[in-house]
Amino acid sequence: MAVFQKVLLGHGSGGRLSRELVEQVFLKSFSNPALLPLEDAAEVTLGGARLAFTTDSYVVTPVEFPGADIGRVAVCGTVNDLAVKGARPAALSAGFILEEGFPAAVLKRITASMRRAADEAGVSIVTGDTKVVEKGHADGIFINTSGIGLIPKGRRLTSAAVRDGDVIIVSGNLADHGVAVMNARSKLGLEGGIKSDAAPLNRMIEAALRRPGVRAMRDITRGGLATVLNEVSGACGLTAEVEEEQVPVSPAARNACALLGLDPMYVANEGKIALFAAPQAAAGVLAALRADKYGRNAVVVGRMVKEKKPQVRLNTAIGGSRIMLMLEGEQLPRIC
Amino acid sequence: MKTSSSTERFSSPLWRDRALAASALSEMEGLAAAAASRTGGQVNFMEVCGTHTMAIAASGMRRLFPKVLRMLSGPGCPVCVTSQGDIDRVLALAALPGVIITTFGDMMKVKGSKGLDLNSMRERGTDVRVVYSPLDAVAIAAAEPARQVVFIGVGFETTAPVIAGAVARAKKAGLKNFSSTAFFKLVPPALELLLSDPENRIHGFMLPGHVSAIIGLEPYRFVSKKYGVPCVVTGFEPLDILAGVNMLLKQVVSGHPSVEDEYFRAVREEGNPAALKLMAEVFEVCSASWRAIGTVKATGLEFSKAYASFDAVKRFKIPYSDAPEPKGCLCGKILLGKALPPDCPLFGRACSPSSAVGPCMVSSEGACAAWFKYGN
Repeated sequence: MAVFQKVLLGHGSGGRLSRELVEQVFLKSFSNPALLPLEDAAEVTLGGARLAFTTDSYVVTPVEFPGADIGRVAVCGTVNDLAVKGARPAALSAGFILEEGFPAAVLKRITASMRRAADEAGVSIVTGDTKVVEKGHADGIFINTSGIGLIPKGRRLTSAAVRDGDVIIVSGNLADHGVAVMNARSKLGLEGGIKSDAAPLNRMIEAALRRPGVRAMRDITRGGLATVLNEVSGACGLTAEVEEEQVPVSPAARNACALLGLDPMYVANEGKIALFAAPQAAAGVLAALRADKYGRNAVVVGRMVKEKKPQVRLNTAIGGSRIMLMLEGEQLPRIC
Repeated sequence: MKTSSSTERFSSPLWRDRALAASALSEMEGLAAAAASRTGGQVNFMEVCGTHTMAIAASGMRRLFPKVLRMLSGPGCPVCVTSQGDIDRVLALAALPGVIITTFGDMMKVKGSKGLDLNSMRERGTDVRVVYSPLDAVAIAAAEPARQVVFIGVGFETTAPVIAGAVARAKKAGLKNFSSTAFFKLVPPALELLLSDPENRIHGFMLPGHVSAIIGLEPYRFVSKKYGVPCVVTGFEPLDILAGVNMLLKQVVSGHPSVEDEYFRAVREEGNPAALKLMAEVFEVCSASWRAIGTVKATGLEFSKAYASFDAVKRFKIPYSDAPEPKGCLCGKILLGKALPPDCPLFGRACSPSSAVGPCMVSSEGACAAWFKYGN
């Protein structure tokens, strides 16, 4: 492991470098039992109630892109981080860092979009903050959102609970968000109508959790499916075995990735989750996911297996196999 | 940019079909056994292109190959073959006050002889911008006339015409603040370099699909005629590669080496005349300095007289000095097909993608990066 000397763009990638930054700096200062699992949201007990609590900052360029904008992503990201811990999102905060000169019309569009996403999720933005920095000291707009939600009695979702033989379910097509943002940012002119998948998934997740057998869920954002699987594999000590042919990627996104030299397994999403469930529960969970508009393409992509040396392995379409590591450094700067 | 419909025929799921792959692999078993009896036990093919190296690793096919077949990586990764001296020149350009460096992403992490790379120059304040096309660099130059914009031109016959196009556009627009390096290498002379080494043990070349789409088949004929080594221009999908290997094996078995085209959906006999014309206008053949090989006559491209004023190295008078390879690094041997990444004592220990020692680990198309990332 390299000694941390200064912040690199790769430290924000969500991959291995981000992990090192957290371990070498933040955990050293902040370590406590609620933080330690390093999952999408922390669990805190307050007056007997189990709460999920999470925070995330959003720094997307451009701020508006096909399918979503920085505001929608900021609301959905935090809602989803709560929901994958089994919590019912209750309230959000929103902090804005604005660059001097940022157009009012764009800001209004972004806040309206946040309101729509919050309404869809059934949460309110109950507190906020604004700071303005001099021109050149920020890139238009940065948004931070935090959220709390109640975890119903009896629910305990954690990567450590995943067992030998559990199936891995992905809730829909991967890579759309990352490709849409990149296409908009670099004006690549890719056709095929690829749109960001940013969406609040709490209703879909609630429906899936009404079925028995779900052991853990993860929000597949920065670092992509490959990074999430590495984290879960590390937490439960099992190998994640993925069938390449089963991983859902739309033909348009697959072609865009091929042109850009990206691996869809590492591209960011803002409206997809990975679920780990007991094998006998798979059919029920899949049915629940597919009944929701954001889970129509949900599919089993692989399973967890006990092996001497846990790893994330991809069985390729042609019958070969190889490992999938965590994202190394930055695949793309600032996708979300 | 191509649309999804036009890329479909290049990357349709058919090119990853399991049943077709299984049938190609079972044919390969028999062919490889027959070929091995002609070569004396082991069949060594070289995939010249880094994209092939990555495609072979990403599809996990290495463990499906017959035991007697070994695929060696060749000198086909643009970043990997760029000499340490040229990398130092890139960093010297990045140290110029007020300059905007524009580059393909792959160059960001290649270290110069003093341990610096473009990433660290960016942290120190150099304006380094990753672009997807050199035309973006020309657009930056047009938008910022008060600043010098330098594009880091490296690569083979694939990137050279694109950069030629950008430079021609800059000339037409009368841009005085745009320039580029021309650290280009040519593939056919690289093959000759490998073959002229009496110790080479290459029984066939899997030739690069993209380069061949530009230069066509003719420039490779000497490989089979003069050296008797089979050649197959091959595409990048898993089934392309399996078919390419089988075509090479058949040539070995038959004892009739030739230059065949597996990638005929993209590569034509005559190549791409428009790209060749543009390249010939902007560049001319020159000696080039290769990592681990040294400077070799007529193996690279430099700016032609008409475009000499766009040569960043000349404009800013950046001298060339030879610099030694990083200690213990086997990149040179790996580029020549004389070693595989796991043979290197640094591989996976001192050298990994996050702290790479040699360029074969830095580049996303490097052999070491492929072996590390996909765990062959």
